[in-house]
Amino acid sequence: MKAGALDQLAWLAMLALTFAAAPATAATIQVTIDRLVYSPASLQAKVGDTIEWVNKDVVAHTATVKGGWDVMIPPKSKGQVTLKTAGAVDYFCRFHPNMKGHLDVAP
Amino acid sequence: MFTRYTVALAALLLVGAAPVSQAADKPTDPQIAHIAYTAGVLDIEAAKQAIKTSKNKEVVDFAKDMERDHEAVNKQALDLVKKLKVKPEDNATSQALTKAAKEERAKLAKLKGAAFDKAYIENEVAYHKQVDGALETLLIPSASNAELKSLLETGLKIFQGHEQHAEHVAGMLK
Repeated sequence: MKAGALDQLAWLAMLALTFAAAPATAATIQVTIDRLVYSPASLQAKVGDTIEWVNKDVVAHTATVKGGWDVMIPPKSKGQVTLKTAGAVDYFCRFHPNMKGHLDVAP
Repeated sequence: MFTRYTVALAALLLVGAAPVSQAADKPTDPQIAHIAYTAGVLDIEAAKQAIKTSKNKEVVDFAKDMERDHEAVNKQALDLVKKLKVKPEDNATSQALTKAAKEERAKLAKLKGAAFDKAYIENEVAYHKQVDGALETLLIPSASNAELKSLLETGLKIFQGHEQHAEHVAGMLK
């Protein structure tokens, strides 16, 4: 019994070390779209992170960067992009250009 | 091209500008629902004409966006009036809008190619501008049901987006 518990502890410690030693893991960051507003409108992320837009509206939207990525976000659905380059980007909805968002992407 | 729409909507706006003592002239919720729904249907019809006529990808894509969005918003409007047990009521504004749109369609039907594209998109800019103005100054302030008001407010944001989108396409046609 006691040995089993120790084994388990050792195993957990190893797991913890593995995670601590690994580079910052890529995250998935959610942006909600409700009544034509990206929320949060501005956020910070890192290269490798995934941005996921959750569209609560009945109309389709996009998250589009001029000369860059273009994500379709169907009504009552989701769209994703994995960030590949560092830098600040402004994005907007092609269908409703009055919708604007911003990302600060760290290397 | 779009003077008729403008006249119809200017009449609508004038009602809104009338003094409070003439509150009877303010549209009722059943009338507001009818006007908003009609405005959507008319833009869908205009879109269908453009999809059929235009050979310009930007114009056709824009028209498809209009058809899709206005159908989605109108479906929501229908669901809401059903839920609220409101029967949309035909009125002079809806009739004026419908008449103006019919005349506009007849004018556009005589045009082809770049002339059609330009006229359609310019009318879309003007139409959305006018509908947005009517929503902002008359329909939203007059709506008494909170859910109807909220739907109109979301509609306004969507149509303001359409107006900017139409302006963008108009810029590309130049």
